[in-house]
Amino acid sequence: MLQGIYEFIKSIFAPIGDFFIGSLVPVGSSFASDIDSLIALVAVFVGFWGLLAYIAFFFLIFRFRRKDGQRAKYVTGEEKDLKRWISWPHAAIIVCDVVIVFMAIMVWYNIKQRLPEADATVRIVSQQWAWNFIHPGPDGVLDTEDDINTFNELHVQEGMVYHYELVSKDVLHDFSVPVFRLKQDAIPGRVMKGWFKPTITGTYDVQCAEMCGVGHGIMGARIIIETPEEHAAWMSQNKGQLASATTR
Amino acid sequence: MDVAKQGAARVGDDPLNGIDMAEAGSVTVDTHEAHGHEAHHEQSFWSKYVFSTDHKMIAMQYMFTGIVMALIGGYMSYAFRMQLAFPGESVPGYGLVSQGEYNALVTNHGTIMIFWVAMPMLIAAFGNFLIPLMIGADDMVFPRINRLSYQIFFISAVVLIASFFVPGGGFGGAWTAYPPLSANAQYNLTPLGATFWIVAVALEFVAFLLGGINFITTLMNSRAPGMKMYDIPMVLWMIVIASILFMASVGPLIAGAVMLFMDQVIGTGFFDPNRGGDPILWQHLFWFFGHPEVYVVLLPAMGIVADVICTFARKKLFNYKLILFTVFATGIISFFVWAHHQFVAGIDPRMANVFTVTTLIISIPIAEMLFLYIATLYGGSIQLTTPMLWALAFIAEFLIGGVTGIFLGASGADIYFHDTYFVLAHFHYTFFPIAIIGFYAGITYWFPKMFGKMMNEALGKIHFWGTIIAFNCIFIPLFILGAAGQHRRIYNFQNFPDLAGLQDMRVFATMALIVMLAFQVVFLVNFVMSLIKGKPAGKNPWKANTLEWTAESPPPHGNWPEGLPNCYRGPYEYSVPGREEDYWPQNAPPDTAPAE
Repeated sequence: MLQGIYEFIKSIFAPIGDFFIGSLVPVGSSFASDIDSLIALVAVFVGFWGLLAYIAFFFLIFRFRRKDGQRAKYVTGEEKDLKRWISWPHAAIIVCDVVIVFMAIMVWYNIKQRLPEADATVRIVSQQWAWNFIHPGPDGVLDTEDDINTFNELHVQEGMVYHYELVSKDVLHDFSVPVFRLKQDAIPGRVMKGWFKPTITGTYDVQCAEMCGVGHGIMGARIIIETPEEHAAWMSQNKGQLASATTR
Repeated sequence: MDVAKQGAARVGDDPLNGIDMAEAGSVTVDTHEAHGHEAHHEQSFWSKYVFSTDHKMIAMQYMFTGIVMALIGGYMSYAFRMQLAFPGESVPGYGLVSQGEYNALVTNHGTIMIFWVAMPMLIAAFGNFLIPLMIGADDMVFPRINRLSYQIFFISAVVLIASFFVPGGGFGGAWTAYPPLSANAQYNLTPLGATFWIVAVALEFVAFLLGGINFITTLMNSRAPGMKMYDIPMVLWMIVIASILFMASVGPLIAGAVMLFMDQVIGTGFFDPNRGGDPILWQHLFWFFGHPEVYVVLLPAMGIVADVICTFARKKLFNYKLILFTVFATGIISFFVWAHHQFVAGIDPRMANVFTVTTLIISIPIAEMLFLYIATLYGGSIQLTTPMLWALAFIAEFLIGGVTGIFLGASGADIYFHDTYFVLAHFHYTFFPIAIIGFYAGITYWFPKMFGKMMNEALGKIHFWGTIIAFNCIFIPLFILGAAGQHRRIYNFQNFPDLAGLQDMRVFATMALIVMLAFQVVFLVNFVMSLIKGKPAGKNPWKANTLEWTAESPPPHGNWPEGLPNCYRGPYEYSVPGREEDYWPQNAPPDTAPAE
C-alpha cells in the first residue's frame, strides 16, 4: 500500500521534476525520475510556503511603513486571535514535513537500502586521482580470466541491473554519476555495495564528489552506456585485457 | 573610580530588592578589583589597547581581527572564483592558481569565514560589547579570562595564516578535513599546512570556550537589579544559548582534533583503516560539533535582527516567550541532526531515515522563529534605516537558505544534491545572512554606541543595495549549476565534458562577486569617515529601550561611572498606549500615577 501511495504522489510531481532537473541533466537510470520527482515535490511545497511568507513579509513592510502622526500598535503576540497566524502555518509545516519525510524515505529505501537481483557486477577501484573499473567480461563473473580492466572509462549496458563494489586504495572518494542521480563515498578498507540500472545510451561524466587531494579536480571518468549489441562487441574485443580508453 | 561607592550605590538604589542587590553588588566589587586600580593611572598604549581587560576594548579587538580575516577570506574567494571563470589564466593581484593552491584557497576560505569571521564578529565582538552594557554591568565577570580568550584567538589566527607560508603550502583537504586525506602527509602533500590548520582550529575552540564561560556567567550573575529572565534582550539570550551549544558540542571535536593531530604527527592511526582506525569516526565527531555550530553562529545574528527590528518597527517583539522556546527547541534538536551531512558517506543506510526525520523536525522551530519575526512587523511603524534594511534582508535571504535546506535534509534528494553547488549555494544563503548581513545589521545599529558618531545613511544604503543585489547574483546561478550536477572543489570544470558548457554562469557569478567585494569599499569608507567626522550620536539616537543606550556614547571605562542602572521592565516596550513617548527605556522608573 505504501508503494501505491508513493507512486500516486510521485506521478503528480514527475512532470515538474522532469522540467526542473531533467532539462538540465538527462534522466539516465531507473531511479533518476524518483529523485527528480522528490526534488519537485519539495520545490513545490517550500516554494508555496516560501512565496506566502514573502508576500506577508513585503506586504507588512509596505502596509506598516512609517507615517506621520501614526503610532505602532502595542501587541504582545500572546493574543489568541493573533497567535493563530503562527499556529496555523506551524500545523501546515508539520503536514508538509510528514509528506516529505515519507517520500524521501521511500526514495532512499529503493536506492540505498535494498539490493535488487543483479544481472552483472562491476568493481570500481578509486585512487588518487583516477578510476579503475573492472568489468566481468563475457562470462559475466568477476575475478575470472576474461575480466576487462579500464582506466577512467566504465562500460555498461542499457537496461541491465548492475551491482557495484566500490573500494578505495587511499583516501575517501565518491563515485558520482549525475545522469544516474547516484552518489556513494568510497572508503579505504571497506567494500561499498550498491546498484544502478541504466535506461539510456550515450557517454556521460563520472565525477569524484569527495575532496581527495591535489588532483581532485581532474578525477573524472566517462561512463559509456551501450546497447546490448555494442556492449557485446566491446566485450569480445577487449576480454581478458587492460582495455585502452576509447574516449577522452 | 570608587569601588565601594559603586557597590553601595547599587544596593541603595532599589530598596525593594535588598537581598538580590547585595549579591549583585558584591559581584560588581569583585570585577572592579580586577582592574579598578588601573583606572587611577594614565593607561599606557599597551594596557589600554593591547592588554586591556575592558570588555569594550576586547570586543573591538575581536571585531577588527574579524574584519581583517574577512578581507583575507574575501580575497581568497576572489582568487578561486577568478580561476573558475577564467581557468588557467593569471588572476590579477594573485597570479596563477595551481590545483593545490585552489584547494588550499577553498579550504581556508571556508575555515576563515566560519571560525575567524562569523564566530569572532557575531559572538565575541557583539557578545563582549553588548552583554555588560545591556544588562547594566560595568564589565564581564572574568575580565582576565576574557583577555586570555582574545589572546588565544589572536594566536590561532596567526597560526592559520602562517600555515600558508610553510613548505608544502596551506592545507587543501576541505574545511571538513576528512581523514585519511587530512591525517596522512603522503596523501595531502601538505604535512605542515595540515598540522598548522588543525592546531589553529583547536586553539580557536579553546578561545571560544573561555569566552563562552564568561558570557554565560556574566549574564546569569551580573544583571541589573530588577532584570528578570524575560526582561533580557533577545540578542543576549541568543548569544548565551549559542555559547552553551558551543560548549556542549565542541568537546567531541576537540577530542577528534587531538586524535587527528596525533595521526598526523606521531602516526597513531585513529582514523586509518589500515591500522584499525575508522575514517568515518572523524566525520561523526566533526559533524556532531558542525551542525550545532550552524546554530551557534545563527542565533547571535537572529538576536541582533530581533533587536533591530523592534527598534525600527517601534514594536514589541511578537511573543517573546515563544521565540525563546523555539530557540531552546532548536538548540536541543540541533544535537540530533548531524548525520544528514553523511547520508552517502557509508553510514548504515537505515540511519539516514532517522536523521531525515530529525532534520525535518528542526525546520519547524526555525520556520516558526521566522514567522514570529515577520509577525513582529504587523502593526509597526517601520522606518527603513540602514540597520533595519540589513535586518529585513537577513530574514528575506535566510528564508531561501532555510527552505533549500529541506532538499538536503530529505535523504532521497540528497543522494543527488550531496556535494554539489546546490549545497554550496544553500549554505551561503545561510552563512552570508548570518556572518555578513547579521554583522552589518549589528554594526550599523550599534556603531553610534561603540564610537559616539552616526554613520552616513546615504553611503549605508548604497552599500546595502550593492551588496544584497550582487550577493543574489552570485548564488542564484550556483543553485542552477548545482541542479545541473556541478560538484564542489573542482579547480577547472573544463575537465568534465558534461559541465564544461555551463561556463557563462560561472563567469556571471564571478563578476557578481567582484561587484560585491567592490561595494565593501563603500562600507570601509563610511566606517572610517564616520569615525572621523560623523555627527555626534548622543546617548540614544534610535530612541531604543535597552540599557546600553543609557550610557554615554562611547561608554567610558566602567560604563556608568555615575552609578549602574536599574531595570524596571522588558526590553521591547515600544508604543505603549497612554504614554507620550513611543519608547519606554528599561531603566526609567515606573510612572508614579497608575497610568497603565
